[in-house]
Amino acid sequence: MGTNKENGSRSKRRGVSRRDFLSTTGLGIAGLATRGPAQQETDPDEAVVGAGQRIPVTLHINGRKYRLLAESRWSLGYVLREELGLTGTKLSCERGECGSCTVLIDGVPRYACMVLVPEAVGVEITTIEGLLNGENLGDVQRAFAENDALQCGYCTPGQIMSVEGLLRTNPEPDLDQIRKGVSGNLCRCGAYVNIFKAAQKVSEERLRSGGSA
Amino acid sequence: MKEGFYYLPPELPQTPEPDQDQDPWGETVIVGSPLPRVDAYERVSGSADYPSDVNLPGMLYGAILRCPHARATIREIDTSIAEKLPGVLSVITSQTPEADIGWHYEGDKLVASLFDVHCRFEGEAVAAVAAETPHQAHDALRAIKIDYEVLPQVSDYRRALDEGTPSVWETRDRAGEPDFYDQETDNRSGESQIYERGDLETGFVEADHIVEETFSTESQIHVPLERHGCAAKWDGDKLTVWESTQGVYSIQRRLAATLNLPLSNVRVICHFVGGAFGGKLQAGKYTVIASILAKLSGRPVKLFLSLEESLLCVGNRPANQMRLKAGVKNDGTITAIEFEALGSGGAYAGSGTGALDWQIRDLYNCPNVRTTLHNVFINAGDQRPMRAPGHPQCSWALEQMMDQLAEAIDMDPVELRLKNFTDVSQARGNIPYTSTGLRECLSEGAVAFGWKEALSRQPSDDAVVRGVGMASCLWVAGAGGPPSTVILKYFVDGSVNLNMGASDIGTGTKTVMAMVVAEELGVAVDRIQIEHADTGTTQYATSSGGSKTVPTESPAVRAAAIDCKNQLVALAAKDLDLPIDRLELRGEVVVDIQDEEKKVAVSGIEGLRRQQVLVGVGYRGPNPDGKATCPFAAQFCEVEVNKRTGEVTVVRFVGAHDSGRVMSRLTYDNQVYGGITMGIGFGMTERRVLDHQRTGKMTNLSWHDYKIPTALDVPADMTSLPIDTIDIECNTTGAKGLGEPVTIPTAAAIANAVYNAVGVRVTDTPINPTQLLEMIAQANQETG
Repeated sequence: MGTNKENGSRSKRRGVSRRDFLSTTGLGIAGLATRGPAQQETDPDEAVVGAGQRIPVTLHINGRKYRLLAESRWSLGYVLREELGLTGTKLSCERGECGSCTVLIDGVPRYACMVLVPEAVGVEITTIEGLLNGENLGDVQRAFAENDALQCGYCTPGQIMSVEGLLRTNPEPDLDQIRKGVSGNLCRCGAYVNIFKAAQKVSEERLRSGGSA
Repeated sequence: MKEGFYYLPPELPQTPEPDQDQDPWGETVIVGSPLPRVDAYERVSGSADYPSDVNLPGMLYGAILRCPHARATIREIDTSIAEKLPGVLSVITSQTPEADIGWHYEGDKLVASLFDVHCRFEGEAVAAVAAETPHQAHDALRAIKIDYEVLPQVSDYRRALDEGTPSVWETRDRAGEPDFYDQETDNRSGESQIYERGDLETGFVEADHIVEETFSTESQIHVPLERHGCAAKWDGDKLTVWESTQGVYSIQRRLAATLNLPLSNVRVICHFVGGAFGGKLQAGKYTVIASILAKLSGRPVKLFLSLEESLLCVGNRPANQMRLKAGVKNDGTITAIEFEALGSGGAYAGSGTGALDWQIRDLYNCPNVRTTLHNVFINAGDQRPMRAPGHPQCSWALEQMMDQLAEAIDMDPVELRLKNFTDVSQARGNIPYTSTGLRECLSEGAVAFGWKEALSRQPSDDAVVRGVGMASCLWVAGAGGPPSTVILKYFVDGSVNLNMGASDIGTGTKTVMAMVVAEELGVAVDRIQIEHADTGTTQYATSSGGSKTVPTESPAVRAAAIDCKNQLVALAAKDLDLPIDRLELRGEVVVDIQDEEKKVAVSGIEGLRRQQVLVGVGYRGPNPDGKATCPFAAQFCEVEVNKRTGEVTVVRFVGAHDSGRVMSRLTYDNQVYGGITMGIGFGMTERRVLDHQRTGKMTNLSWHDYKIPTALDVPADMTSLPIDTIDIECNTTGAKGLGEPVTIPTAAAIANAVYNAVGVRVTDTPINPTQLLEMIAQANQETG
């Protein structure tokens, strides 16, 4: 899970942590699970939000601002795909095991299935769509295409985001660091060998062109 | 992004005479080259529209409630609370008239119900809901109250026939339905299957050495990254389904039959599928359930299974126990093979030993063979075909046995395999293969790997030691065949639309087919648009399974391109006032081969300008009579074993594959790497663990516990060595299947390498540190 470790970034994160959010709402996780979506009377002035109720949130995704009403139990992955139509981010296990939903949060690869909406407020989110320049592919995307670093393509957006995140913190990774960098992203088709090649190629390209992406 | 990716071929194959049989290709220009995928852009940009990405106006989300017990009967279901929850539009159970539908598992033999009162495996569907959000749907599932009578279960297939074992089929499904298993309450699934040739006893008498061993393989589960599921939408009595599938036409057929609709009212679409591996060949209950929910709600419904559901309910490679006995002469001649195996397809699927014995029958020359296959029912999810059904399991046993025989007569394992090479299919009545490159796979693979040098290395006393191993294989299918129809639309500017029903499950089908069109018509690959896998708009194709898509579809695509070319030349002949046989299509120009000054640009051909689009049709012709077509392979690997911890690291792999003509080099190599990766999982980490003693439930219901290979588990040093056999008989492109043989010999090669490293033979998958450490300690005790 190399890239998806907290890397000490948690304390630096802006916005509301999940724990803070749940404590301010007065509902623990157990409460959410057992009470279900029972309707609660809510005073709009009171910061108590029941499960199943929607709160206004603003998300910063790929340099744009999105305002929406969201349930606090919705994951970022769900919001991206089903509410905002950014279906490039894939959801698979939805339990933090496969990495197909990997996005960058403040430049660090994170599993979007493990980020609840309140945690996604006040941070910069980059998805696979955010690597495109208009209709043109970003360099990592292009390297994946040229090196056939994919088969079915379902884990691919997550793999690409992990490589992008890795190269931002470590522009010159060796093979071992690349393997660890994508070790939190499962590929059932088994395109790993070509993923390693693609990551190496982008790293070389960026160094040649003076480190700019 | 396509700049520099694609180029026009410098020359083109000759235009065939009208009505002349297509000659096999000689050297090809585009076909076989390392062009990137034609749909790489969609797959890396995030714009590919997988069925799970479908988002329709007013769409609801469906979810299925599943029995948490391995065996139980439902006494009562109460959905009253669930129905009243916010956002819930439909709740269906066995009590819902619209959902009271029979369900066939394998063939039409076993009749069950869409929602069963008798639950025979953990994960059996018992109810389903549709709601505004998936979260509300899951709230509703939790609010459904079910009173189960939990019954004793049998989940261990090796115990299924023991005295006093509970019977999977003791309880009946539907009152009034015939009882198919009245006499078979002892969990036996059908008669044991026996194959026999020659005389086993004589064979063993002739042998100088006889080796006998019992092997077992654990159940492997497909778990593609895109989960199983679909989105279903009705327009009156017409149904459209976006399903993550390997074959849109098989889903259409099943849905139409189950919902009693004409085929024309069911449209199934799947432009991209996020992994399948055999698990998405057929419609699941979930497809029918989504359709019923959508009908009752009056809104489209998207229903995708969870990871837990995909581990429990949508198929697996059955576990197998295999006893193998073989005799060999001192010169390496194999004289007899006896094979007996047991397996279970679960509670419903009849067979847990499908194609399990094929390589015993057919891989090596042997006159005296007997195989016996036994099948039982257990309380577990039904099997589905998984990448080369039966073959990796059999390979695990047979290829380790080959090494044991080689050791018994002190022969190089590669030599033993070469010695017993055959170019006829013995199990098909000794008919010859259209081609067999097994000898080259073995010899050229050994050279590429450095086999002899590696084998002659001195053993070391270090704690961490290296070993090498190999295994070969064949795949029973991989010939492809009719039916397939392909349509090419040739536009007035020389660009092309290719219309075919086949899926591209990540193997590169679209890329291969575009290359075939480019080869024949000289059109650049990026000027070919592909319309595929949609029963509403594309032609009939069989499902992408059995490694048959490329050998099935590529000849049909080639025929359609030649049809286009013939029509173009005929139209140009009118303009130029020349006989057809003097003309040839070169890129976007038709040229007189005798006087190159006489030519007409495609866009200038009067007949084409008038009709704007020219339609070419191609069909897949029959396979040759009296011959068999199979892919062959040999894989070599090196491992590192830590004798203190029992850890095994796979250091490198060479895959030498004969799959006929290499159609697309990049996707070919990628299949080899991917097959080896999946084989590493099968051999080293993957196993379904059922709680046999108490509950029968699966205990490793996650990717943390059901471990598939990660980037840290595969060697970066993998080599694909295509044995580019020229097969002019199998079909008009010379391609054979590739997607399945690539995973067959991998696990056995690793086991042989472990033996070479530490002298311990691991007969049960998966090779894991706990098991291996114990075995090494035991071996040390015995020798020390």
